[in-house]
Amino acid sequence: MLEIKNLHVDLEEDDKTILKGVNLTVRAGEVHAIMGPNGSGKSTLSYVLSGRGGYKVTEGSATLDGESLLEMEPEDRAAAGLFLAFQYPVEIPGVGNMTFLRTAVNSQRKARGEPEISATDFLKLIREKAKALRIDADMLKRPVNVGFSGGEKKRNEILQMAMLEPRMCILDETDSGLDVDAMRLVSDGVNALRDAGRGFLVITHYQRLLDHIVPDVVHIMSDGRIIRTGGAELALEVEKNGYADIAAEVV
Amino acid sequence: MAAPQTKETPMPLARPLPEGGVWITAARKAAQARLAEMGLPGRRDEYWKFTKPDSLIASDAPRAVLYQGEVPEVFDTVDRLRIVFVDGVFDPEASDDLALNAVRIERLADVAAQDIHWARDLYGTLEARGQDPVPRPLAALNTAQARDGVLIHVTGRASRPIHLVYVHESETSDAILHHCIRLDEGAELTLLETGPAAARFNKVIEVDLAGRAAFHHLCIQGPDHERRAITHLFARLAREAVFKTFTLTANGVLTRNECVIEIAGDDASAHVAGAAIGRGDFHHDDTVFITHDALRGESRQVFKKVLGSGATGVFQGKIMVRPGAQKTDGYQISQALLLDEDSQFLAKPELEIHADDVACSHGSTSGAIDEDALYYLRARGIPRPIATDLMVVSFVAEAVAEIADEGLRDEIIGHFEAWLERRHG
Repeated sequence: MLEIKNLHVDLEEDDKTILKGVNLTVRAGEVHAIMGPNGSGKSTLSYVLSGRGGYKVTEGSATLDGESLLEMEPEDRAAAGLFLAFQYPVEIPGVGNMTFLRTAVNSQRKARGEPEISATDFLKLIREKAKALRIDADMLKRPVNVGFSGGEKKRNEILQMAMLEPRMCILDETDSGLDVDAMRLVSDGVNALRDAGRGFLVITHYQRLLDHIVPDVVHIMSDGRIIRTGGAELALEVEKNGYADIAAEVV
Repeated sequence: MAAPQTKETPMPLARPLPEGGVWITAARKAAQARLAEMGLPGRRDEYWKFTKPDSLIASDAPRAVLYQGEVPEVFDTVDRLRIVFVDGVFDPEASDDLALNAVRIERLADVAAQDIHWARDLYGTLEARGQDPVPRPLAALNTAQARDGVLIHVTGRASRPIHLVYVHESETSDAILHHCIRLDEGAELTLLETGPAAARFNKVIEVDLAGRAAFHHLCIQGPDHERRAITHLFARLAREAVFKTFTLTANGVLTRNECVIEIAGDDASAHVAGAAIGRGDFHHDDTVFITHDALRGESRQVFKKVLGSGATGVFQGKIMVRPGAQKTDGYQISQALLLDEDSQFLAKPELEIHADDVACSHGSTSGAIDEDALYYLRARGIPRPIATDLMVVSFVAEAVAEIADEGLRDEIIGHFEAWLERRHG
């Protein structure tokens, strides 16, 4: 489903190389985790895949179901089925959460040549999904992420994911800033979306999120490369010994 | 103050005064004399540096092509009393009966022939007071030349809003309207105004609020692009009076909205807000002067402008705190969202404080759309133009939030969003 080959990426502004040849394949139905120390390039990978500006791809490719992502506009990537749950969801004062979500859902439907969802159906759907994430009516009415707690922002990201039903979900440090209860809520939300047709790429510093969202494959990223790949047990090893040992092994 | 004009007399100064009864003739003559003394505005005048007055004072209104798109009726869902002017001329057929509980509504044209009327104490009075220290010659011109308008005297709580509808049908219309509004002690009124009005529109509203009176005003200008408008809103607030005005402007080659407020009674509150959006040769000027001359007065000025493809936004806002106006709380913010590098925002925020125990703040910024926010919206599948619209809605939100009534606020937001949507065709 998601295929990344030899991806090299520089920062546009100061010519600094962040990704130095990333190779990664996520098949439908699989959950992959990327772990790694600060500055290893994990978040950059998620931004480059979703189309954020400020990066320059110097080599390599990234495709979703065979379609090249890197030339697409961010909105086209989303319509193609890619979703990024942001590490730092952006606050948008004056735009209601509900308006934002309905605009997003209908924009994607329109791009795929599907009819728009009616206001009534949308309301029914969002209430149902919000309930599972314990997002109340007030949070849906409030401006996008404005005044939301860290946990509320992350739950709101998962709500967007649930509403948009993407085929490929990237979660960028969704566990950061979450307490135990919030982590469980968010994980349950993600697990509910796991199915044979959907792929996940979960970026995290810590193993604890992976207790809840159990991955099929774990990758360790360091200095812009994936230096080791293994099963869920690899996350436990990192938790025990830290990244330094693994990095040392590779060198 | 501007020097009197010594060259050949331009047309507006030479026009004969309209016929009328004793009280209005006196007011018109006084205004004519004020105008003659201060002269018409010129580009050398301190407050006309950023906005060319030429087309506002030319003898004829420049031709303005009518807006061809569909313009949905605004405030359609609001139970209101409609008063319709077509190119500045009252339309009795389209207007409702001028009857409202606790409100007396009359037309200036009807009462101008009388020799005495309550408006005698108001017509031209606040305009004349508002000429110092900054001259506003086009307001004096209005007082001298206006033949029609509405006179509204509110004695209690108006049961529904009054809606002035300004229809624009003639490409060369030159409309002058002058409204006077008096609210008695504790009275309440909401005034709505919509429509492009005329090819050139000169409007003055004088609002006199007695103690504890509350006046809410919502105005929508546009979307005709070639129209020109100079409007003045003069208000005087007695003790504990509340005055709130919000204007939404879409398009317009020249719009200058002046608001002159005198907080004369203790514990009064005045909020002036506006959101304007336009492209190309769009030119929008908000010029505000709020004088605090009483204790514990509160004032807010919140202005947002969205400018693209070479459009120009102007803000000249002043808070004047007179000696003794202690505990004044004044706030002023003017911001522009520049959709490209060709557009410009010219701002002149001013504070003049002659009391030592006051809190006044002001800020003025201009900037581009936040790319991070735009990326966030696009990453959810929202195409750039629509994501930009959402950011525009977000940008003007602080000004729209100044509208106290939730229903009317939603009406304005809905109208604004629909208008943005139609631009994409």
